[in-house]
Amino acid sequence: MPIITGTPTVPDTGRTLSKQEIQRYSRHLIMPEVGMDGQLKLAKAKVLMIGAGGLGAPLGLYLAAAGVGRLGIVDFDVVDYTNLQRQITFSTSDVGRPKIQAARERLAGVNPSIRIDTYETRLTSSNALDLFREYDIIVDGTDNFPTRYLVNDACVLLDKPNVYGSIFRFEGQTTVFHYPGGPCYRCLYPEPPPPGLVPSCAEGGVLGVLPGIVGALQAMETIKLILGIGEPLAGRLLLFDALGMRFRELRLRRNPSCPVCGDHPTIRELIDYEEFCGIRGEEVVPVTTGIPEITPRELKSRLDRGDDIFILDVREPHEYQICNLQGHLIPLGDLPKRASELDSSREIVAHCRSGKRSADAVQFLQQAGFRKIWNLKGGILAWSDEVDPSVPKY
Amino acid sequence: MAVKMEIPTALRQFAGKQASVEFNAATVGEALKQLTGTYADLRKHLYTDDGRIRSFVNIYLNDEDIRYLQKENTPTKDGDTISIVPSIAGGAKI
Repeated sequence: MPIITGTPTVPDTGRTLSKQEIQRYSRHLIMPEVGMDGQLKLAKAKVLMIGAGGLGAPLGLYLAAAGVGRLGIVDFDVVDYTNLQRQITFSTSDVGRPKIQAARERLAGVNPSIRIDTYETRLTSSNALDLFREYDIIVDGTDNFPTRYLVNDACVLLDKPNVYGSIFRFEGQTTVFHYPGGPCYRCLYPEPPPPGLVPSCAEGGVLGVLPGIVGALQAMETIKLILGIGEPLAGRLLLFDALGMRFRELRLRRNPSCPVCGDHPTIRELIDYEEFCGIRGEEVVPVTTGIPEITPRELKSRLDRGDDIFILDVREPHEYQICNLQGHLIPLGDLPKRASELDSSREIVAHCRSGKRSADAVQFLQQAGFRKIWNLKGGILAWSDEVDPSVPKY
Repeated sequence: MAVKMEIPTALRQFAGKQASVEFNAATVGEALKQLTGTYADLRKHLYTDDGRIRSFVNIYLNDEDIRYLQKENTPTKDGDTISIVPSIAGGAKI
């Protein structure tokens, strides 16, 4: 059975491998499951990677090394220092460069004979179909819900398999969506979580090796789809728990009433995914509205004047170890049961990393009767920017 | 019926940092009720204000989605595992 529309089971005779390519791919060629036919299928395959981050790093390297003939990469981000802990495509000297530019150089170095097309753009409802149309397989390595739903719907509308991988802290999920007859992302999760309820990697952290493992699983599934061998990870959600070092598998079913891939679909074109995920308007009404604030500079000058100000740090103990303003540490979650440690007659400035958690803390303490309390605007990050650059940012 | 409940990383902070907990329950719904009774903070992450399981949280009995069984009325037997699998989106910022 042909796995990919348009890919013949036996490749046409137009493309052959050079002597050098035969040497390069010899470990593939000596396996009957791949062989010359399989290697030529790889050479003719066109794979689009959405995201050149943690998942995209092993994915791109392995697909390039395997000889996938055409690799597309969509990303608009720039390499920064926090990426290097897991995004192994990039070197320290790449910091500040566009990711697609650094990735292109790295992958071309791995395999100069493949075609690499880079798209330095945000994936949107207006460009997704045109981008996807040219490729056989789409591999989703993004970090946000609107793009996940956009990639899913575009794959269903164009009838292309979507090799999905997602990570959080020590945990990964992988599957192949919209494999012929199989479920799509909306069959698994009809709706995204409301904004703010599920932390992102930037907020929640991720162990660097985890995207390496999940991205490598995505690369394996992509190559299996191209070769048409084995049993694709379709209709099955693979859960990886790195701490327990366990893989588990859950059954996925196509939902006949799925709005996009069901029997009577109601979504026939791409929609506004920011709106679908409830993100629109978030920036217009910041959570800190109405919370009394003090800027880092104001706080610094008051402290320098010798004013009696109690600094309350509402971050977690492991964050306090990274850097601190010598405040009194009560993690936000412990505040209700430890509020008695605070003296409401003193002036209190609450802070966290960016000012979000401490805004919640100020709100909570105001409701508990505290009147002389302020939120440090922008948190310890802003303190580092505006007052003391020796405080590290994380 | 002794059933094991698997708590995903993202929700462990609301469940006493446990990776799994055991309860005696005859149905999936009963087990969930005991879980949210023990860990009240989990409730808003698993249920909507009107008491329905949130649509970005899937509940599995062993390897099957309870939406395709008898939902929260799905009976359990000794040694079953109930998994809570929320939607996660981590990857590249795009």
